[in-house]
Amino acid sequence: MRQLCKGNVAVVKGAILAGCRAYYGYPITPASEIAESAALYFPQVGGTFLQAESEVAAINMVYGAAAAGTRVMTGSSGPGVSLMQEGMSYLAGAELPCVIVDVMRGGPGLGNIAPEQSDYFAMVKGGGHGNYRNIVLAPASVQEMADLTMLAFDLADKYRNPVVVLTDGFVGQMMEPLDLEDREIRLPEKPWAVQGTPETRANLVSSIYLETDELEDHQRRMEAKYMRAQQAEPRYEVCHTEDAEVLLVGYGIVSRVLLSTAEALRQEGVKAGLFRPITLWPFPSQALAKAAAKVEKFVVVELSNGQMVEDVRLALNGKVPVEFYGRVGGNVPSVAELQHQVLTRLAVAV
Amino acid sequence: MAEQARGKVAVDVEECKGCGLCVESCPPKCLKLGPELNSYGAHPAHYSGRDCTGCGICFYCCPEPGAITVYRIKTKGKFVAATQGAEHAPAL
Amino acid sequence: MADENVISVLDPEVKSEVSNNGYELVHSKSPLFYDLYERKSELKHQTHYCPGCGHGVAHKLIAEALQELKLQDKTIFVSPVGCSVFAYCYFDVGNVQVAHGRAPASATAIKRSCPDKIVISYQGDGDLAAIGTAEIVHAANRGEKITVFFVNNGIYGMTGGQMAPTTLVGQKSTTSPWGRRPANEGFPLHMAELLATLEAPAYIERVALSDNKNIMKARRAIRKALELQRDGAGFSFVEILSPCPTIWSKDPVEARRWVLENMTPIFPLNVFRDRRPEIPVGKEPPQRTVADVLEIAPKDRALAPAALKHAHRFKDVKIKIAGFGGQGVLLLGQLLIEMGMREALEVSWLPSYGPEMRSGSAHCHVCLSKERIGSPLVSCPDVLVAMNEFSLRKFAHEVENGGLILYNGASIPADFAAPGTQVVAIPAAEIADKLGSTKATNIVMMGALLEETECLAPGTALSVLEDKVKKLDLLEIDRKALTAGRLFIDDQAHIGAVSQPDGFA
Repeated sequence: MRQLCKGNVAVVKGAILAGCRAYYGYPITPASEIAESAALYFPQVGGTFLQAESEVAAINMVYGAAAAGTRVMTGSSGPGVSLMQEGMSYLAGAELPCVIVDVMRGGPGLGNIAPEQSDYFAMVKGGGHGNYRNIVLAPASVQEMADLTMLAFDLADKYRNPVVVLTDGFVGQMMEPLDLEDREIRLPEKPWAVQGTPETRANLVSSIYLETDELEDHQRRMEAKYMRAQQAEPRYEVCHTEDAEVLLVGYGIVSRVLLSTAEALRQEGVKAGLFRPITLWPFPSQALAKAAAKVEKFVVVELSNGQMVEDVRLALNGKVPVEFYGRVGGNVPSVAELQHQVLTRLAVAV
Repeated sequence: MAEQARGKVAVDVEECKGCGLCVESCPPKCLKLGPELNSYGAHPAHYSGRDCTGCGICFYCCPEPGAITVYRIKTKGKFVAATQGAEHAPAL
Repeated sequence: MADENVISVLDPEVKSEVSNNGYELVHSKSPLFYDLYERKSELKHQTHYCPGCGHGVAHKLIAEALQELKLQDKTIFVSPVGCSVFAYCYFDVGNVQVAHGRAPASATAIKRSCPDKIVISYQGDGDLAAIGTAEIVHAANRGEKITVFFVNNGIYGMTGGQMAPTTLVGQKSTTSPWGRRPANEGFPLHMAELLATLEAPAYIERVALSDNKNIMKARRAIRKALELQRDGAGFSFVEILSPCPTIWSKDPVEARRWVLENMTPIFPLNVFRDRRPEIPVGKEPPQRTVADVLEIAPKDRALAPAALKHAHRFKDVKIKIAGFGGQGVLLLGQLLIEMGMREALEVSWLPSYGPEMRSGSAHCHVCLSKERIGSPLVSCPDVLVAMNEFSLRKFAHEVENGGLILYNGASIPADFAAPGTQVVAIPAAEIADKLGSTKATNIVMMGALLEETECLAPGTALSVLEDKVKKLDLLEIDRKALTAGRLFIDDQAHIGAVSQPDGFA
């Protein structure tokens, strides 16, 4: 049965359905509703909510709870997630599962609180030190804010790695119908966790490998698991691609505008389709390359100065021309604006 | 046979780092650093063999978990077992 | 010192000696330590600490206390970054190693995940008093039921001798080559005193590994701190002044004396807090089922949409509602999409949460559609609901050709023109005021909107209001406001039908 819900709140509802029972965070626009709904809901279902003194403290609390085997999350926006980068490197290095929601806003620096997608590099390429990856999911609706958060917890435990739910101010603040199903929570076994019991007394959660060979082996094992994820976990959505000559590529809020744009272009006789990555890491490169076979041109649109476009170009490897159009500062393009931008980039000048 | 000392200390010469804190701390001064060097080039501590009261100060002053082991004569009944938390005042 | 339950595993060849000479064991390596330090990469039979280092003594006192209190199987030890980063090589308990300065934060979450276990945060002065100051202060201020052992040797050991927040005035270090100068580096930081200003901590003591007597006092303090945690008394903190022979470039005996003669005068040994905090018992959150908290209605009594019979004569309708904060602009949008959802439409609502919201004006985008909604951003609204003149002038030019503008005002401003659109002025505020509350202004506008566009059924509006408006007196006014808005459109505004490509009248 559908209920109306705000994107940021849907994240917390999805987390609770996934069996997450610990939230450690810090207020920041446009993500504060995540902390507020967690503060309201978690304690009522036997969970823990704590507002930390900073995002640095918060991510290290996430580290502690994850080390103890608890499904745990935090939510923030660009400036807060920047403070969490060291912690995320430790979490990846110690192979600890957790979920981090980044509701992106205008940057750099203080920027503003309007939506942007300029944390892509920081999240998808990894903004902390050292070789590691974040698994990154990109919801484009309130329903996906819940569904992808649930998926995030499963992937975090499956790969023992941080998972980032990367969204933006609009998807976070938007309200849409949300369909939730109460389901029986099956939490995976975590024999590696440290829980103050005789069975876990021998366990150690740490990211230190003093011996160089040991650290290299450790990173090789991490690399192997990332490759497994690259094979098994890419997710994407395509619309109107059967006969598409131009493929519009975008995620999150932009993919919503591109869907309307593709439909508007089709009414003008331009065969446009949409390719929407849902996992930004692992990036759906193979699917994109396959889609390129029937397409003359790609137009990538982001609320940034061109970050995901690099992964699109890597995936297509020069086979098909890739154009880019971006808006920043919190400006979100209108359908008419994108229609015009796509047409000017096609050979067909209208 | 010389009258037996009330206590006795055994030193693991390979775990001892020759810091000398036990020698400094021992109330009856019956510990000293030996002339020989252990395999790490440190002069390990040695018990002179007499005057030890078994007070255990050397154990608490030594930073190495297993370098010093302290024994005390088991006297029939007179030996007052240190009850939980009660302080068995070391002979200072 | 020894008590009857001190049973240590003895090396085989030593045991025999005990039996025949009448000696019995009183002190030996604690079972809290691993027999062999496997996690070290070399010299696995001894610690990595320098000869005479205070960490070793502190480790032994903690190990003994955990053993005597029988806590080994319940303990989680958090190792910091600093010389004691490798504490996890020695303690045979659950071990978690964390980022520099963050141990109190990680320990907070570990304890909250395992409330009946013993959580120890073992930290040096750079870790706790420099980079981790916020974490220790706030963990203490929250009264986290953890035990913090703060080894203060006034220097950064692991990184090779830099100044610490507890370095003494005039004390040389690699980053205070002429000795610490308060003019440039301030004064030594007194963590025990600082934390003792906080309400929540249960036990704060500073001790020193400076001489026999003080080491024995340190032993008691460490044991007491762990007893208090075992008994759930609250946050316990022991600051342990400790010698660092290597970096201070003193021999171990000199270094220990230096602690007594130089550090204790600056860092007085004292019990700064020893009482359980009185925690007022507040309202506890109610415990409810997940389905209850997340408002997931059980399958059988899913709310059937109230007025399915209403024929939507449109593919989609895009509405922008704009006005001042407090005029119910955002709420009106939410009511509309609640109605749309109940009529089985796809809906979206997007607020302008931007800076305008702080400067008083607010607007929201509402989409009602029979198909999947693409962009939730309404750039060309079919309907603009302008709650004031400022919004009318700001957004009128965006309205689609043939669209509708509903303006909350006595009359359309003289110099205002919006060619190609139909503008209706309705004194909603006055109407609502007469009905009893200007709060219902937005409901009057809704009545007018529904009557003029027929995009949603008045019946649905009523059932949504009855669900959402809790205060009965306000609900009564809203009902009247809904009707008043509708009647205003019917009686006074004689509007010809404006044909629309998608049949929207």
